[in-house]
Amino acid sequence: MDTFANLMMGFGVAVTLQNLMYCFIGVFVGTLIGVLPGIGPLGTIAMLLPLTFNVPPVAALIMLSGIYYGAQYGGSTTAILVNLPGETSAVVTCIDGYQMARRGRAGPALAIAAIGSFIAGTFGTLMIAVAGPPLAEFALKFGAPEYFSLMLMSLVAAAVLAQGDMLKSIAMVALGLLLGLVGTDVNTGTQRYSFDVAELSDGIGFIVVAVGIFAIGEIVANLDDSEERVVFTDKIKNLFPSWDDLKVSFMPIMRGTAIGSFFGVLPGTGPAIASFAAYMLEKKISKTPERFGHGAIEGVAAPEAANNADAQCKFIPMLTLGLPASGVMALMLGALTMQGIQPGPEVMTQRPELFWGLIASMWIGNLMLVILNLPLVGLWVKLLSVPYRMLFPAIMAFSAIGVYSVNNSAFEIYLTALFGVLGFIWAKLGFNMTPMLLGFVLGPMMEEHLRRAMLMSRADPTVFVTRPLSLVFIIATVLILLVVLLPAFRKNRSEITAGG
Amino acid sequence: MRVNFKNKDFWSGMMLLVIGLVAGWIAQDYKMGTVMRMGSGYFPTILSGILVLFGLALIARATKTTDSISVGWSFRALIILPIAFALFGYLLDRAGFVPAMTVLILGSAIAGTEFKLLEVLGLTVFMTAMCIGIFIYGLGLPYQLIVWPPNFGH
Repeated sequence: MDTFANLMMGFGVAVTLQNLMYCFIGVFVGTLIGVLPGIGPLGTIAMLLPLTFNVPPVAALIMLSGIYYGAQYGGSTTAILVNLPGETSAVVTCIDGYQMARRGRAGPALAIAAIGSFIAGTFGTLMIAVAGPPLAEFALKFGAPEYFSLMLMSLVAAAVLAQGDMLKSIAMVALGLLLGLVGTDVNTGTQRYSFDVAELSDGIGFIVVAVGIFAIGEIVANLDDSEERVVFTDKIKNLFPSWDDLKVSFMPIMRGTAIGSFFGVLPGTGPAIASFAAYMLEKKISKTPERFGHGAIEGVAAPEAANNADAQCKFIPMLTLGLPASGVMALMLGALTMQGIQPGPEVMTQRPELFWGLIASMWIGNLMLVILNLPLVGLWVKLLSVPYRMLFPAIMAFSAIGVYSVNNSAFEIYLTALFGVLGFIWAKLGFNMTPMLLGFVLGPMMEEHLRRAMLMSRADPTVFVTRPLSLVFIIATVLILLVVLLPAFRKNRSEITAGG
Repeated sequence: MRVNFKNKDFWSGMMLLVIGLVAGWIAQDYKMGTVMRMGSGYFPTILSGILVLFGLALIARATKTTDSISVGWSFRALIILPIAFALFGYLLDRAGFVPAMTVLILGSAIAGTEFKLLEVLGLTVFMTAMCIGIFIYGLGLPYQLIVWPPNFGH
């Protein structure tokens, strides 16, 4: 099949009035929450996901993806204007972006961030279009042992590359897998960990877990440390970067895009790591590294391109293998499943309109962000002055309605509240929640693949290393673990995670 | 061996250990099966074992680390917010959407650090009206606005 023809078909799907509208709602809401501190894309997507059940699958995914990269974008706007990263991905942008703003160059900083993001987004979209189909075709050959090893590899990688304590992250993966097993065992019909509660026989809803931890738990944590926010509102003059700005930024944008795409397909690495790596590279190869930290435009261009490329490329493993590489992608998988679509390589052949429509809409969404947001910067800045005490009750209300509407179940609301408490306590103990969420989503699938692998190999565990593809994944898993134990990597890792 | 009882690793390890032991103990009620035909207890037992191992490792590490749990938790938010959230679920089909929303917004506001009565009342009215508009009229969620008389029987 011809990539170009497929892309055209995708644009045909994306450019219907309905889908354009959902795309717009998505990027708008996304930018909004990206600007507002206190709730991240994970919490927002979890909270709004139930409302997309009545929407056709393509439109639902288009909207949820819009929220995701819109949030990325909104986060950098506040990073530049008020030195406040709306999302963790924008931490690095603060360094030089805010310095540019203080020197009266807020306009060019915003514009170059937008242009960089757009170029990276376009490239990321192309990457999915080009790499997606062969990867999915390749994945069709996977049997149960390959899937098990692949999942093992990505969970280990996610735990190792995630921010925070590695030991605790791996333990969280196991805990997530265990939580994923609650409910009826599909193979034997046994009720596991359901304590005779009827509502638990279908398992714990992933929306319950995600909203509990990433919305409720997050609010509790935010009320815990009440920090002062100083809003720096200065008139933004002259949005357009000069010709020199563009020339200087071009190569950093290209390098940032490459770095972001690389980190994008790695499971567990948040966009913060990609943008941090891109920033460090620019600083290292610059002829005038002393400018960094004092408003160097390359220091805005490269990390912004990197985090957007990373965000787009995270879709590749999700769409082609049914494998979540980040918390948000775990939610996207959940959204697919709830729409009755079994994630995996078959999606591309069975639902081509979904795959290509989503890709085309991502490009359109990125374009919308550039066109809409630069003129709207004033509005976003005004929003920052809305106090948190007005915001969080609204988040509570949307979360409650969202969770309740899934099954009209009061029990799920209680469970969400419980996960809110647990999420807060776990965060206090220094656990990272993303590996837990990935384990939770993959739990039942992983057990199923383990069972099938053992059945087909007649209880021979060497099946994981005698089948060549599976062996590759196992070797990669071992390598990841070995690399982690190297002292040099340990030092670097703590620097990176501390920096992002 | 001295353990600081504010040590993060110690409590993290304890938590994992307890969850692992309890989950593993419950899993013994499920059929283990054989490696070839795994019963429903097989995978949970493995996972419980992993949790116990990591729990022990963290407890062991706690004797060497000094990272303490930060003090000054806002117990106010930690207790009131989940209760307000749970009450929403309790009240929705028993008393209706309006009372449930009112309790949720008021409860959330009380959990916050700043409480301005007029502002909170305004926010409650505004949020309730907006959510009725969006969710009940706009998206057609099938919830009664007010159940009268309230039905606390079931």
